[in-house]
Amino acid sequence: MKLELRGITKRFGTFTANDHIDVIVESGQVHSLLGENGAGKSTLMNVLFGLYEATEGTILIDDKPVKFSGPGDAMAAGIGMVHQHFMLVPVFTVAENVALGNEDTGVGGILHLEKTRARIREISDRYGFGVDPDALVEDLPVGVQQRVEIIKALVRNAKVLILDEPTAVLTPQETDELLTIISQLRDSGTAVVFISHKLREVKAISDIITVIRRGKVVGKADPGASAAELAALMVGRAVSLTLEKDPPKLGEESFKIKDLSVLAPNGQLLLDSVSFGISQGEILAIAGVQGNGQTELTEAIMGLLDHVSGSIKLGGKELLGRSVKQIINSGVGFVPEDRSTDGVIGSFTVAENLILNQYDKAPYARGLNMSPVVMLKNALKKITEFDVRTQGPDSEAGTLSGGNQQKVVMARELSRPLKLFIASQPTRGVDVGSIEFLHRRIVAERDAGTPVMIVSTELDEVTDLADRIAVLYKGKLVGIVPGDTPRDVLGLMMAGASNEEAESQSSTEGKEDA
Amino acid sequence: MSQSIATETPGNATRNIAVIRSWAAPLTYLVLGLVALLGFAIGSPHAEATFRITDGSQKISVPDLVLGTTFIGWAGAIIMLGIAAYAFVLVRAGRKLARWMMPVFATVFVIAFLVWVIGSANTPNVYLSGLIAGSFTLATPLIFGSLSGVLSERAGVVNIAIEGQLLAGAFCAAIVGSMTGSLIAGVLAAIVGSVLVSMVLAVFAIKYLVNQVIVGVVLNVLVAGLTSFFFSTVMVGDSSKYNSPPAFDVIRIPLLADIPIFGPIFFEQTILGYGMYLAVFLVWFGLFKTRWGLRVRAVGEHPKAADTVGIKVNALRFWNVVLAGVVAGIGGAFFTLVTSSSFNKEMTAGQGFIALAALIFGRWNPIGAFFAALLFGFSLNLSFVLTILGTPVPSQFMQMLPYAVTIFAVAGLVGKSKAPAADGEPYVKE
Repeated sequence: MKLELRGITKRFGTFTANDHIDVIVESGQVHSLLGENGAGKSTLMNVLFGLYEATEGTILIDDKPVKFSGPGDAMAAGIGMVHQHFMLVPVFTVAENVALGNEDTGVGGILHLEKTRARIREISDRYGFGVDPDALVEDLPVGVQQRVEIIKALVRNAKVLILDEPTAVLTPQETDELLTIISQLRDSGTAVVFISHKLREVKAISDIITVIRRGKVVGKADPGASAAELAALMVGRAVSLTLEKDPPKLGEESFKIKDLSVLAPNGQLLLDSVSFGISQGEILAIAGVQGNGQTELTEAIMGLLDHVSGSIKLGGKELLGRSVKQIINSGVGFVPEDRSTDGVIGSFTVAENLILNQYDKAPYARGLNMSPVVMLKNALKKITEFDVRTQGPDSEAGTLSGGNQQKVVMARELSRPLKLFIASQPTRGVDVGSIEFLHRRIVAERDAGTPVMIVSTELDEVTDLADRIAVLYKGKLVGIVPGDTPRDVLGLMMAGASNEEAESQSSTEGKEDA
Repeated sequence: MSQSIATETPGNATRNIAVIRSWAAPLTYLVLGLVALLGFAIGSPHAEATFRITDGSQKISVPDLVLGTTFIGWAGAIIMLGIAAYAFVLVRAGRKLARWMMPVFATVFVIAFLVWVIGSANTPNVYLSGLIAGSFTLATPLIFGSLSGVLSERAGVVNIAIEGQLLAGAFCAAIVGSMTGSLIAGVLAAIVGSVLVSMVLAVFAIKYLVNQVIVGVVLNVLVAGLTSFFFSTVMVGDSSKYNSPPAFDVIRIPLLADIPIFGPIFFEQTILGYGMYLAVFLVWFGLFKTRWGLRVRAVGEHPKAADTVGIKVNALRFWNVVLAGVVAGIGGAFFTLVTSSSFNKEMTAGQGFIALAALIFGRWNPIGAFFAALLFGFSLNLSFVLTILGTPVPSQFMQMLPYAVTIFAVAGLVGKSKAPAADGEPYVKE
């Protein structure tokens, strides 16, 4: 089967997400779509899958034009999709999820899940998925949920399988397993469309790479191309993929966490006796697959959670039990993981957002009055300093792009003397150019002598920034290792192996020091 | 770089559940236990309460149940305080409360209360079968109402408009039933009336994305206003023509109807009464055993997932809300064609909201909603019966009983009940 997208254009109002895109996908091939976040890859695939209607252009299957009015049509034509955010009903079993929309029924629409279960077992055995048809989806690890998504497509006899950013939620080991599964699928004749912004994976698995930038195809590349070439194509200019930084000048260990535990309202232990310290002038990166307690760690430090026990000391003062405001006033800067909901107030102006943590203090306030002029001057200064692309300080923060919102948050949090700086996912969804800038700011804060804690699920970011790396797994601290620890060791630790186990398991070139 | 490596070793993450002590349950038990001790035990009227199982009209006769208020009062209070103490011990030890505790406590409390209140009444004598059968009759519209809620909310549309649907159904059944003299026409009209209310809800909630709670509340007020208007302008003027609907006959199944207590409940009902049992089963079976049900639940939990497998989310939601209207309409007809002989202004009197509470109490499950509605029906009937018997408790307090039970139920004292994940969230395709 040959699938062709010809001249696909998709506009949302005045914004063109896809501009005359041509892509050809053939059986037995892995075709990667490489592009930055927001380049239009997902939009394109949603058009192909019938979720969006294309403004212009045609989809051809075996050279015959087809029209999809919904995902049902796309699936009937043999197209399956594994979405970035899984499309599984958490309270259903695997079999119910796979059957949904494609049910075997008897008289009066009575469900016969037995056939579906048999199909799941068959596919699961053929590819070694190890999926139990009767397990509840919400109880399954993310990697297994992804396999359920793949089974969903295969049960419907998908000839083309689209994987949208499939590795974003996986550990490095799970990623390797997924890549193996993809090559198995390719060998059995399936056409795979692999959407990613991660150069390493794209290079590892692709037969053909199409690079998309700002909604346009900017070129095709060979998987043999170097990472730097691909990055340049993706971003549109030469980018430095490595961060230059001096060795840290360690000061006193002023930030200390001891036996920090967090309970969920239902009694689940989200963070389990975590202890570590960060010295002045040091960056500690918290690595781990999403959902292993990182969010709880940062929110507990900021005083946002109930049911926290242990001790959090900053400069000898206990932070635990204090209000968020007291914690901020004691000199903690915090960049939350979801900037659009927790970082900025979308309906406030950029200028207002820039002083959210000190609006009630001089020089921004005098008694009950605020000083708009001072606020505006501050905004103009920060906008220049952080290169925030906005029409002006009076623009609503919600109208800014993700990367620029992030710069606003960073500018606000770094605009006063800090005793501790915490940034959660500091560059998620930010374009490559801005990443460089934000990373340099973080390193500058470190060099100014502030203890810095970075939480990131991107291993590249962790290894770039960190002086030391702490790995969290299921709410426990697996270990703290030096910043230059090899990726595969970190990967094993992110799956729960202790650093000793991880080092002995991976036959590394022995970079570790102790 | 020279940092020391590692602090903790990663044990297997087995100790994943820890304890957050909640004193709400033991405290509630303690307070209710003390109420029992002071009221039912120490405050015992030292009399006997008589419960008649049969009233002589049945073929089978069972002797009356006579219970001493003092003995039952003390026994009940001691058991309840015992459970409260055990609950304190468990919570203190950081363990979970046993599953039997809540139902056992509730049963003991209800029995102790019943014996005390009947024993204190001017006529310490009650016909138990009648009390229970009456509860079923009162619960029937509640059950239809909460099934309507189940159908709508399982698909992800919050249905606050149950009250309005019931009222519209009752009104239409009364007026069309009176004019045609036909029961079937009455029921059909009730369905049409209620479905119209549903459709307004569906259109505003699904197509125009208006807040579903607000649309529901507005619909309730609208229906109350409209029916009151037509009641006072049309029905009052010529009530023999417009407000004297025919009534469904009770169909008595011989022999089976003579079984004490159970006979009148299951085998001495109107068509609508039997229909209620069928409706509960059908909704349960449909939701959990058929393709339709799987899709409905998927749409209520994760509409986007349903959409990506080709299910038309909004169409399914729309038809489910319409179906909810059909079911509520039958419940509305029950008011004017079975329980009461005519329509009256706002005659549903908030029962649609109690049905909503039954839906939540019953955890969005048709069977659960059935039992919850029965509980509310029982407390409603008890308040009627006790008013007649002349109890020491002021009748206003008795009339509060069903609503007080509702508050306890919905406040989550009996465990958290979890709504469908996408309940109330409109689905918009990007």
